[in-house]
Amino acid sequence: MTSILAQANADVRLDAHLVDYLLVAFYFLLVLGIGYMARRSVSSSLDFLLSGRSMPAWVTGLAFISANLGALELIGMMANGAQYGIATVHYYWIGAIPAMVFLGLVMMPFYYGSKARSVPEFLAKRFNRTTQRIQGVIFAVASILIAGVNLFALGLIIEALLGWPLVVAIPVAALVVLAYTTLGGLSAAIYNEVLQFFVILALLIPLTLVGLNRIGGWEGLKEKVSAGPGGAEQLSSWPGTELTEIANPVLSVIGIVFGLGFVLSFGYWTTNFAEVQRALSAKSMSAARRTPIIGAFPKALIPLVVVIPGMIAAVLLPQIQAVKAAGGSVDGITYNDSLTLLMKELLPNGILGVAIAGLLAAFMAGMAANISSFNTVFTYDLWQDWIKPGKPDRYYLQVGRWVTVIGCILAIGTAFIASGSQNLMDYIQALFSFFNAPLFAIFILGLFWKRMTGSAAWIGLLSGTVAAVTIDVLVRFDVLQLSNQAGSFVGASAAFIVGVGVAALVSLSGQPKPEAELTGLVWSLTPRASRTHSVEGDDAGWYRSPKLLGVLVLILVVILYILFF
Amino acid sequence: MTDSPEGSNDAGTGPADAPRAGTDAPPSAAANLFDLRTIIAVLFLVYGIVLLIMGLVSTDDADRMKTGGSNINLDMGIGMLVVAVLFGAWVLMRPLKPPTPEQLAEAAEGDRPLGH
Repeated sequence: MTSILAQANADVRLDAHLVDYLLVAFYFLLVLGIGYMARRSVSSSLDFLLSGRSMPAWVTGLAFISANLGALELIGMMANGAQYGIATVHYYWIGAIPAMVFLGLVMMPFYYGSKARSVPEFLAKRFNRTTQRIQGVIFAVASILIAGVNLFALGLIIEALLGWPLVVAIPVAALVVLAYTTLGGLSAAIYNEVLQFFVILALLIPLTLVGLNRIGGWEGLKEKVSAGPGGAEQLSSWPGTELTEIANPVLSVIGIVFGLGFVLSFGYWTTNFAEVQRALSAKSMSAARRTPIIGAFPKALIPLVVVIPGMIAAVLLPQIQAVKAAGGSVDGITYNDSLTLLMKELLPNGILGVAIAGLLAAFMAGMAANISSFNTVFTYDLWQDWIKPGKPDRYYLQVGRWVTVIGCILAIGTAFIASGSQNLMDYIQALFSFFNAPLFAIFILGLFWKRMTGSAAWIGLLSGTVAAVTIDVLVRFDVLQLSNQAGSFVGASAAFIVGVGVAALVSLSGQPKPEAELTGLVWSLTPRASRTHSVEGDDAGWYRSPKLLGVLVLILVVILYILFF
Repeated sequence: MTDSPEGSNDAGTGPADAPRAGTDAPPSAAANLFDLRTIIAVLFLVYGIVLLIMGLVSTDDADRMKTGGSNINLDMGIGMLVVAVLFGAWVLMRPLKPPTPEQLAEAAEGDRPLGH
């Protein structure tokens, strides 16, 4: 779903006018201005790397979702909408919302309460230094590689839309992200993510409205999709056999619920530091717990303006119709061109400039999230806790700034690697998604089982990853007859089961940490009082209860599923 | 999304669970952060005005072909101005509070972040 790296096609070139460029320029002015102004708010390494833990929940909540709403996601999901129809909503609903609510209600008291500054540091507290370092290195490498993919894709879009060559577009794009993250640190990244959230909506909403207008409204869309190659099945979300490529409807539902809804989504949402970091920068425990839950509301509603335009693209645009009829790429056009082709087809100058700003914003959101979580993990987990401990805080602030610069330069490097071998980069990204499932396995086991030892954690982590990679290789070489989609569900499930199994066996043969050291890190050893949060001052009010908000968003998803059953 | 961005970390309600940045870290300056709501209001004010003017003066038949008859620049321009006004009103009704002297003293003692 992330192989959006279609060739720049002259067909896609947008007819942007001066007013469009001015609107884009104004957006960039604000982005850089935020970086410049956020500079005043940075005086310590914690300010730079965790925003001094001062952010209100609505800001961290929107940044939480914006960090995920990168352009790869946007373009990929619109393409899925064009290809599979309504079933794409599973990625947004069952594949995200329960995990986000779980993160806020169950896991956040431990993350935030432990005072850990990063996911690897939490692992150090619960397990040991080895686990922290292994996870820190894996995360740092993965972040730079994925930032490179984002950057390369951004360069491609600039090349396609504006006609700049890739060698100019990639460094310029990197420079903008670098400028604001080096100046303002995480505060600038988070503030810009919130701004990006609104600009991305200003891209998606007119696209959906105009698209529906052209197609004859929702009824017109239903009629045309039913008559199309996908048939009326594409108007319902369950059982999603086309999406999972599992022919048996019962197995398909099980695949969606357990593979996507449990292993993949819990692995991603609850352990990915680029996400969790947004919650750790919140100003109180209550705000931290509300962060993923507030983010869940827009997450639940965004498919209405992503999946529906995707479906419109598949029935309105002749190019995408041809792709759908042929079941693959036609004249270099793929499903991944749905978004840009729709913009070209539907949006007049003026709103087109806003839409271009939104698209560029989406790319920067993805890359900035990778870079800002990379520099926190590198500075705290690898540099301060391992390589050069015991220096003054000023020193680590400087390290944080330099690591941001180095991270962006490395990302330019990995972007050019990506441009050379697109499949390799897709593969690497897929590979790193396998680290999430075993990480979630040792997290959940360590959280609920006080016997679990430190060596069990890193051995479980690595063996889970080996299991996932093995399944992937078997699927690739057709030893296992599974589709890619089903393969990734099975791979993640195997990683989870092997991770838990190995960690349990290793734990039984070792000495657990003394219980006194595990207070606040293991469920049964943490008094209820310290798992709850203050409800006074800024955290007062029934509408700020994480539990109530969590229940509300789950009800919202159930209603949405009934509407789009 | 009903949280307010301002506010204070009174002793006890704030993160007693907030970590210290480092043994010698200076007091957190995160309290000096500007108001994001104003930036959002400015963005949509400017975008709204530009789109409104585009919608009023330069919508031609080619544009209407694209949109299937509606004047999307005008509609979105009005929509964005409404968003700008809402954020502006939020800022005016619940402005950021400057930190109180007690909070400043507290921040000087430890490196606890202030609400902003």
